[in-house]
Amino acid sequence: MPLEVKIPPMGESISTGILAKWHVKNGDAVKKDQPLFELETDKITSEGTAEAAGTIALKVEAGAEVKIGQVVASIEAGAAAAAPAAAPAPADKKASAAPFPKTASKPPFAPGSPAVRRIAEETGVNPADVAGTGKAGRVTKGDMLSAAEKPAVPATPAPAPVAAAKPSAPAAASGERQTRRKMTPLRQKIAERLVSAQHSAALLTTFNEVDMSPVMALRSKYQEEFVKKNGLKLGFMSFFVKAVVHALREVPSINTQIDGDTLVQNHYYDIGVAVSTDKGLMVPVIRNCDTLGMAGIEKAITDSATRAREGKITLADFEGGVFTITNGGTFGSLLSTPIINPPQSAILGMHAINDRPVAIAGQVVIRPMMYVALTYDHRLIDGREAVSFLVKVKQEIEDPARLLLGL
Amino acid sequence: MDSYDVVVIGAGPGGYVCAFRAAQLGLKVALVDKRATLGGTCLNVGCIPSKALLYSSEQLVFARDHAVAHGIQVGPVSADIATLMKRKEAVVTRLVGGVATLAKARKVAVLKGEASFTSPTVLAVKGADGVVPVTAKNFVVATGSAPVELPFMKFDGKTVVSSDEAIAFEKVPSSLVVVGGGAIGLELGSVWARLGSSVTVVEFLPKILATYDDDIVRSFSRLLQKQGLKIEVGAKVTGLKSAGGQTVLTAERDGAALEFPGEKVLVAVGRRPYTEGLGLAKAGVALDEKGRVKVDSRLRTGAPGIWAIGDVVAGPMLAHKAEEDGIAVAEWIAGKAGHVDWDLVPAIVYTDPEVASVGLGEDAAKAKGVTVNVGRFNFAANGRAIANDSTDGFVKIVADAKTDRILGAQILGRGAGELISEVVTHMEYGGSAEDLGRTIHAHPTMSEAVKEAGLAVSKSAIHAI
Repeated sequence: MPLEVKIPPMGESISTGILAKWHVKNGDAVKKDQPLFELETDKITSEGTAEAAGTIALKVEAGAEVKIGQVVASIEAGAAAAAPAAAPAPADKKASAAPFPKTASKPPFAPGSPAVRRIAEETGVNPADVAGTGKAGRVTKGDMLSAAEKPAVPATPAPAPVAAAKPSAPAAASGERQTRRKMTPLRQKIAERLVSAQHSAALLTTFNEVDMSPVMALRSKYQEEFVKKNGLKLGFMSFFVKAVVHALREVPSINTQIDGDTLVQNHYYDIGVAVSTDKGLMVPVIRNCDTLGMAGIEKAITDSATRAREGKITLADFEGGVFTITNGGTFGSLLSTPIINPPQSAILGMHAINDRPVAIAGQVVIRPMMYVALTYDHRLIDGREAVSFLVKVKQEIEDPARLLLGL
Repeated sequence: MDSYDVVVIGAGPGGYVCAFRAAQLGLKVALVDKRATLGGTCLNVGCIPSKALLYSSEQLVFARDHAVAHGIQVGPVSADIATLMKRKEAVVTRLVGGVATLAKARKVAVLKGEASFTSPTVLAVKGADGVVPVTAKNFVVATGSAPVELPFMKFDGKTVVSSDEAIAFEKVPSSLVVVGGGAIGLELGSVWARLGSSVTVVEFLPKILATYDDDIVRSFSRLLQKQGLKIEVGAKVTGLKSAGGQTVLTAERDGAALEFPGEKVLVAVGRRPYTEGLGLAKAGVALDEKGRVKVDSRLRTGAPGIWAIGDVVAGPMLAHKAEEDGIAVAEWIAGKAGHVDWDLVPAIVYTDPEVASVGLGEDAAKAKGVTVNVGRFNFAANGRAIANDSTDGFVKIVADAKTDRILGAQILGRGAGELISEVVTHMEYGGSAEDLGRTIHAHPTMSEAVKEAGLAVSKSAIHAI
């Protein structure tokens, strides 16, 4: 005797409904408790399930109005065994797939709240380039406002104004309150890159201080011999380049960059070294610093600085660096927050060396101290990594023997 | 001994929701409650029955006071309290039955009885068939709260009553004194005032609904007084006395003695966490100085595997807050990413008009030194409100002056409780007042006032001068 499938009672005030959808086809093998149909009443939508396993015979069509208690199908219990074993599986799949259709993967509209879209259109700031502070990183109106407001800040506050100030000095003599001149293509490029770095990265700066006395002692001890042998002076920069290479090896995440939605790990060590010229700040790249000795690094820096000042430097000299070092200390900067050189993810700022009282082993002693700053892209570098990196640089400079021993 | 993945103690909206979510996530769950029905205070004697009474009494007020103005002729109008209470009970019965059905469908074991920890890992459930011990990998304490009793005028269930009794008076008291001008006191005070009682609300603080903005409270107080409620603020209740066969509540204000005679006195000065008899000490669960279960930011008590949610922990004692706590704890137990934003819990007073709030009010923002822009829009300028006789009240949106991010909202008006939700949603996603103003709201609806208030933050409301 087949089991009747009836519309279940839905509560006192409901007597009819619409059988909106069948989850099974006529003749399907059904399992006990398997959803059979969707019933819509004016109060709720509910599901009817099979009370027993068997083969189902449908008696009404989807969309039909049905009464409470009406027989809408019957299930022949014995037939379940007769049905081929494979039959329930596809029926089952259909039943569970139908109520949850896969939605299209991407919404057809631009993301962002109405105010975000308005500001994007009015200012040209692309919300995709803005770090969001809303839920799950969503860009809020406030994020857009601050992104649109942000002025172009020079990479190293100290050197840039100096470079800019020189040509403007004579203009003041003309008696006019302002003079205007076209930005050079190089200055435009610098401006563009700095702004883009501010807009696209989540910039954060960590600081430390370095006791320069060991390096200074080394320099004074070997300077004469070094100059005699190599024909150039041993500067501080080569120590920092070496220390950075060591630290990059130790904390490889600093040597990564973002390319669209891909994380790129660099396995080479081309370091940009910022050089001030009368045309502005330039950052030629010293190639393969891991293979160069101190003299080699000093030579490469001197070469590119000379070519930069002579205007012989080419675009290729600026490209492909994985990390940048800038020395605001040349101009006396005590502390600054450099801006990264995209697509690089971090930049080290060196600063002026000043004698300062420091506590060493419980004693106040005077040491030549330098503040160092590491600005990094927080999107892909964690604070722990950035701090470890800077501490590593500090350790290397404070104990240059480590550079030799590869510690 | 029965063993579960999760045993939830207390089947209120926090507890049962926690149990259901845990079951949905594939855990073996038991729900313990000493009440005969599920749903806790909220469904049985709290939110739901009071809403039923509020609705019924609103119909009475319409029929009695307003129908004629709509050209609807009615005969003499009166309330049959027995029928009104029967309907309230039907509402409750239907909902608690629904929760029981869901528990069964989700295969959540329901253990009826009083729960008490005998150790950090064993809970004894004392039911009709004796004491049954159960163990679980996780226990969730969701025992809720109970009305605060005043030490000098204890509840007697007849004259001095709590909300438990005030939702079930058999007849309308000729006069009712309500101690406490918070949500519960004002809602139940409204119910009985509408039904004909002479109601006086006595509040200790300088204003009712102390946490709301002054302008909201001023308007609201005036509207309640127009409905016949007497409101006495700044009055410190001192005790109860009997004079001429009548109960009199005594109080003082600025040293002057006050007397409020009343057939009944409803004490609604707040609720306290309910932890008696739970054996929390035996489980190694600590309480804070206010008697609340101490939890960390993930609602864990100090005892391993014991969590606590809802009214029994710090935070607003609201059903929807307890529900979110419960869902988050179930998800954390299941190793998923639970989430509750405790700064975004809306609060509603279901009077007529309703009062609703979320986040930072204008006054609170100023007190905290936050620079804000405030957008205000009156329902008197809203088409639907005029058509619906619902022009009392206004919407206020408080936004950060610099980023325009919505920091809070307060709404006084019919349906304020429904209207607040969209502001909460905008806030949840970090939305700005402009976002609210640029979102299409159907016309004509009361919700347009919310949109206009959003626009008013930047002084660009369309239907305001």
